[in-house]
Amino acid sequence: MSREIAFVFNGNKMNMAIEDHWTLLHLIREELGYTGTKEGCGSGECGACTVIVDGNAVNSCLYLAAEIDGKELMTIEGLASPDGTLHPIQKAFVENGGIQCGFCSPGMIISAKALLDENPNANEEEIKEAIAGNLCRCTGYVQIVDSIKSVSGHEAQEPHVVAFRSEEGDRGD
Amino acid sequence: MHNFCSVGKRVPKIDAVEKATGRAQYIQDLKLPGMLYGKILYSKFPHARIVSIDTSKAKQLPGVRCVLTAEDIPDIKMGVYKDNRPLKKGKVCSYRDEVAAVAAVDPETADEALNGVEVIYEPLPAIFDPEQAMKEGATLIHEEHKTNVLRMPWKLHYGDVDAAKKEAAHIVEDRFTTTWVTHCCMGASGSIAEFDPANNLKIYSNTQIPSLAQKDFLDALTAMGLKGNRVRVIKPVIGGGFGSKLDTYAYEYIAILLAYHTRRPVKVEFDRTEEFIATSTRQPTITYISQGCDQNGKLLFRDINMILDNGAYTSWGATTPSVMMMPITSLYRVPNVRYEAKCVYTNNTYAQAMRGYGNPQATFAIESTMDMLAEKAGIDPIEFRRINANKPGDVSTQGLRITTCGLEECMDAVKEKLEWEKPKGESEGVGLASLIHVGGGARVYKSDGCGTIIKMNDFGKIDLFTGATDMGQGSDTVIAQIVAEELGLQIEDIHVIHTDTDICPWDVGSHASRTTFVAGNAALGAAKKIKARLLELGAKQLEAPLEKIALRDRHIQHQDDSEKRIEIGKLLRKAHFSHGGQMLMAEYFYDPANENMGKDFRGNMSMTYTFGTHGVKVKVDEETGKVKILNYVAAHDVGKAINPMLLEGQVYGGVMMGLGYALTEQVILEKGENMNPNFRDYKILTAKDVVPIEAPVLETYDKDGPFGAKGIGEPGCVPTAPAIANAIYDAVGVRIKDLPITPERVLAAIREKKGLDLCGQELGRDDVDECIIEE
Ligand code: FES
Ligand code: FES
Repeated sequence: MSREIAFVFNGNKMNMAIEDHWTLLHLIREELGYTGTKEGCGSGECGACTVIVDGNAVNSCLYLAAEIDGKELMTIEGLASPDGTLHPIQKAFVENGGIQCGFCSPGMIISAKALLDENPNANEEEIKEAIAGNLCRCTGYVQIVDSIKSVSGHEAQEPHVVAFRSEEGDRGD
Repeated sequence: MHNFCSVGKRVPKIDAVEKATGRAQYIQDLKLPGMLYGKILYSKFPHARIVSIDTSKAKQLPGVRCVLTAEDIPDIKMGVYKDNRPLKKGKVCSYRDEVAAVAAVDPETADEALNGVEVIYEPLPAIFDPEQAMKEGATLIHEEHKTNVLRMPWKLHYGDVDAAKKEAAHIVEDRFTTTWVTHCCMGASGSIAEFDPANNLKIYSNTQIPSLAQKDFLDALTAMGLKGNRVRVIKPVIGGGFGSKLDTYAYEYIAILLAYHTRRPVKVEFDRTEEFIATSTRQPTITYISQGCDQNGKLLFRDINMILDNGAYTSWGATTPSVMMMPITSLYRVPNVRYEAKCVYTNNTYAQAMRGYGNPQATFAIESTMDMLAEKAGIDPIEFRRINANKPGDVSTQGLRITTCGLEECMDAVKEKLEWEKPKGESEGVGLASLIHVGGGARVYKSDGCGTIIKMNDFGKIDLFTGATDMGQGSDTVIAQIVAEELGLQIEDIHVIHTDTDICPWDVGSHASRTTFVAGNAALGAAKKIKARLLELGAKQLEAPLEKIALRDRHIQHQDDSEKRIEIGKLLRKAHFSHGGQMLMAEYFYDPANENMGKDFRGNMSMTYTFGTHGVKVKVDEETGKVKILNYVAAHDVGKAINPMLLEGQVYGGVMMGLGYALTEQVILEKGENMNPNFRDYKILTAKDVVPIEAPVLETYDKDGPFGAKGIGEPGCVPTAPAIANAIYDAVGVRIKDLPITPERVLAAIREKKGLDLCGQELGRDDVDECIIEE
């Protein structure tokens, strides 16, 4: 069965015909062709597909496309300004090492956005809770949490790397 | 002291903006015009004869373009031992065996077609325990191989272990086991193959070994009767590697074969279940170890016998003993060492390289028994290790030449930051474990080299073509920093291209923590060539002697006269647009002077070695067996931190992967069948599991490393498990010898120690009907 729906996609009004069985992830990636939203598992376990619907972070792989009717959808492509200026959360991820392979990053950043929109001063525990559904195999999460903390006004811990032998100390040759 | 402009700085990854904005294109995001979707049918049995395969129904389905079985394809041999085929003929040897493949216009039709393939099997006796499989008369996995033990002679004996055993004042002896764990790259496997009309192959694949993959695919073309045709490997952005993409796999060959038969681009892309079931794991090991020392705590010998479950086919997993030899012979000074490893075929999934390449398995046994031996000798674990610590200038029994070595300083850092000597609370304890790993390449292949090409344009900007593979670890950024530093440029002046074998030079692959060292040196070599020519041009232009000019801030300038300077771009334009014009290009191939192992496995396999010590403070809940990590310190001697921020990322990521290995992760195979092919049940750690980690870095400036750097990709996950096991012992006096260290195992050990049964009752009491052991 197909039906007509209307929704706001990254700030732009859209009307389109969809099939009832489509997931929102399918709609975004396959029909709209926006590939920033990733599929890491397809079953609600990894958060790579996270998007914001009416202010809430949802796993788009579990969300039916039909449900988006009349709602506002934001994906990672809608975060930076049209002139390319990064959203502060994106900038924080870039500058604090919150990104390695980057496959989890769009979902992670979107989860952080939903959190900080609701709770701009989120602390470390709240941050960890909010991204607990976003898996990352590369970073060990430390620099991701630091990235989000730098936006929510909670200082990241001071630099962790301390060189404790100087260059002159021992050049070995 | 050098005043570096780029090196040593916390430079953001050069591809981070692309990734943060969702613009980065992974294999999942690529679509070619006319592309078909390939799907694979896997075996329904762990070991069975294939009696017949009927594909007629599948072929008739509208939208299906091709159905292949082993009957339809040439004999393409895959893997390290060439014992595997893209589609299995005659019999299947594991649940992940590929039996048939289809290509269709969309994924749904392809799935439907798979359902229509009818396979009749005749089950065979199967074998899942490597110790059983080694026995005389055991069912053979590969009949033609005549035995289940791989003919790989992992065996060495340096000095005289038996004599040393007689001399030793203290000896410990035990058995340790580790289990299957898997890489869990967030971006799953996939590839797209396409042939041009002349049958040259283009394949998009998220591989860690573009050059070796190209060679494998050339061999496949030869088998297909296309000898001499070209293969171009293109890497999209890679969603994590960790060793999983060090080989070529059936799905890649299947994409190639389907593309060849359909004359269309064909994509094979794994879903998460497939990623868990049909990619290769870190292999389980059974380790029998003994170590002994003299009265004063000096190690006298180490004796290890190991059995590795290879699974049904052979990939690089079977060669991990070559790397295990490094900690076995050379972690601490050990005068007498004996080691033998047997890789054994079973009907389980087959093993592959994974971050650390065998080192975590070996170090678990070594560092657990180091603590046991220290206790026997009555020496503090840190002091015991200090007595035996490697030192710069050492040559180990295996012939590893230790150049820089900050092992003792790493132990000191752990001791200080963990407050080792401070009294601990109830059920709290501290433990540590150290590591040695290759830090300057690893010569496991005929070449350990990497090539780099640099070309400069009229504006002083660089396109740099490297053989190296960035799969997220940040090698592109490190290479850009090295080149920017050498040429007085900014990071944004360097465009690093690593994606295409048609334009990038050869590299053996992103493995062995070798990329910063080897690809870094290759880039530095090319940059030095460019620098020499820039200086020459600049000297002429500024009318200054060569030794008086330098490259800085995108300019060439006179060191004593700041007025005398010219912008590099301007200088290049002058050189280009004059009579007999010239442009600057340079290439450099760096192959480190490390050695292949000789007959007795002696040889300096790496130019330098990375050392580190991890320490952990834990609290054990004696009622539930749960281990809580209160503090974690991971100190490493990295030579020089080219980019401290990315380096921290490698350590944090490694440690968290190591914690998963130690505590939660396990591919549960029941009679060869994967029982937990999903994130929830496999249990990789989440943000809520993050523990406080400190990562002090020791810089020892290795003379062979680029700006002094050594490799650090893998060490983060090497000594994690033994550090935790040692801390648990310190806390509650039980020694866990099997991974993962689940609450059930800890609880069982605690109860056994207290003389209770598994239900917490005194032994011999049977007045309770049932008990529940909480998870
Ligand atoms: S893809 Fe939706 S949660 Fe993993
Ligand atoms: S950066 Fe690779 S999964 Fe998070």
